[in-house]
Amino acid sequence: MQQLRNYIKTFAMWELWQGLAVTFRNFFRPAVTILYPEEKTPQSVRFRGLHALRRYPNGEERCIACKLCEAVCPALAITIESDVSDDGTRRTTRYDIDLFKCIYCGFCEEACPVDAIVETRLHEYHMEAAGENIMTKDKLLSIGDKFDAMISADKAADAEYR
Amino acid sequence: MAEIQNFTMNFGPQHPAAHGVLRLILEMDGEVIQHADPHVGLLHRGTEKLAESKPYNQSIGYMDRLDYTSMMCNEHSYVLAIEKLLGVAPPIRAQYIRVMFDEITRLLNHLMWLGAHGLDIGAMTMFLYCFREREDLMDCYEAVSGTRMHATYYRPGGVYRDLPDSMPQYQASKWRKQKDVDRLNEVREGSLLDFIDAFTEKFPGCVDQYETLLTDNRIWKQRTVNIAVVSPERALNLGFTGPMLRGSGIEWDLRKKQPYEVYDRMDFDIPVGTNGDCYDRYLVRVEEMRQSNRIIKQCIDWLRDNPGPVMLDDHKIAPPKRVEMKDDMESLIHHFKLFTEGFSIPAGEAYAAIEHPKGEFGVYMISDGANKPYRVKIRAAGFAHLASMSEMVVGHMLADVVAVIGTQDIVFGEVDR
Repeated sequence: MQQLRNYIKTFAMWELWQGLAVTFRNFFRPAVTILYPEEKTPQSVRFRGLHALRRYPNGEERCIACKLCEAVCPALAITIESDVSDDGTRRTTRYDIDLFKCIYCGFCEEACPVDAIVETRLHEYHMEAAGENIMTKDKLLSIGDKFDAMISADKAADAEYR
Repeated sequence: MAEIQNFTMNFGPQHPAAHGVLRLILEMDGEVIQHADPHVGLLHRGTEKLAESKPYNQSIGYMDRLDYTSMMCNEHSYVLAIEKLLGVAPPIRAQYIRVMFDEITRLLNHLMWLGAHGLDIGAMTMFLYCFREREDLMDCYEAVSGTRMHATYYRPGGVYRDLPDSMPQYQASKWRKQKDVDRLNEVREGSLLDFIDAFTEKFPGCVDQYETLLTDNRIWKQRTVNIAVVSPERALNLGFTGPMLRGSGIEWDLRKKQPYEVYDRMDFDIPVGTNGDCYDRYLVRVEEMRQSNRIIKQCIDWLRDNPGPVMLDDHKIAPPKRVEMKDDMESLIHHFKLFTEGFSIPAGEAYAAIEHPKGEFGVYMISDGANKPYRVKIRAAGFAHLASMSEMVVGHMLADVVAVIGTQDIVFGEVDR
């Protein structure tokens, strides 16, 4: 009896129809895809994207050129030069991150004792000419200024876990 | 009569079915393969040598990039080797988190494998379905570590951060109605554990779907049954591990035979094959997905009831919490020491192996007492599997090479390292 059943199933292409039934049912399920540039998938507050340098609320740069991030960077993507600034504080004169070298491991953010260098949730950026991969201090600070609200909220949300 | 010579053919390295950068020199007799010669090294990045020049922690990120479809498992092996040399064990909660993410990684890897293997031998739908589920798992990765793939999440002495209590949610837009968004956010209301729990509830149904599409499918069977049969003895002699070995019928699983972390507390079975062909290896991997799902469930139950530290409190190895670092001088000194010099490991050597989705993934580490490893040797399962390529494909047709590459689950990040 079983043999006969299998025989019929073979000729009726039973398992292929079953497979087609699965794909057919999925036909009527809501699509899992999203319309990307218009809508986006949710992003964790821990997301590690483009870097930024932050300032204190009074506008003072956070970075004190301790060079911990430079030391901890596994890809040697960070270059820092420092000097004493006009008001007598220790500041960076150069803070470059090479985005082509960076492996986005987040160690710089982890190492920073003053929360100056952070990795933001920005992930949609591009370079058009050679050399644009180097994020200079000015570029990093301007990203930090522009997205300050988002960065502060993200870091506050994750602070209790760190 | 003219003498007929075998034809030599170049397969890859830019063949879409070569899973990356595999280059095969095939000696063909008509369409039958006489000999296959895999050429490796096109993705060599010198990870082992690179690790010798960096403090221990800084190489964790590079371990992710070895087998880039099972990231946290690679880290796990590396971190275990360090812990073995240091003689420390992470807190129990960290061990559970590691086990849970190892199994999530196994699902990620097997889904990727199933999708790609299906696509290679003609089942396009599988690829789409598998990647649909992978998306949820990648969200778990992102929720804990901040990246969808290269996590850098495991650390010597635990894991970097505890599991988050909330999941990011979809936002309404003019393209999507609030009702739609609510449906998408339903599983994202609670914590990460709730999200993973919802996934484990639905996942067995998804595996059923895959099996309906493939397991009995006559085209799938024609492409896999009795292709590349490896006998149990031969599988052992070739150094197979993982699903490749279990597909040949040998019940060998490091999670059972040499339990690490909390695997000895987990209840799961080891599936084994009988014939040792591509079809058996497919069945073994599919069943492994179901077993991984079981393990994840047990981890969720435990993690829900047992909050606690996820990192050792030893500030000679693990950096102090940020709040401590900010108002305690001693913690700040520890912080600076750890992020510049790192920690030193007493001289010695250790081998730590884990049951990686692809087989046994081991890190052999020699320390001379410095803050950098003297030597790191990575034992990648894929390398031993690739070495058997010629033996597995001889006598089969050209199209079967693709099935064999698929069944070996080769990823060149770990083969070439």
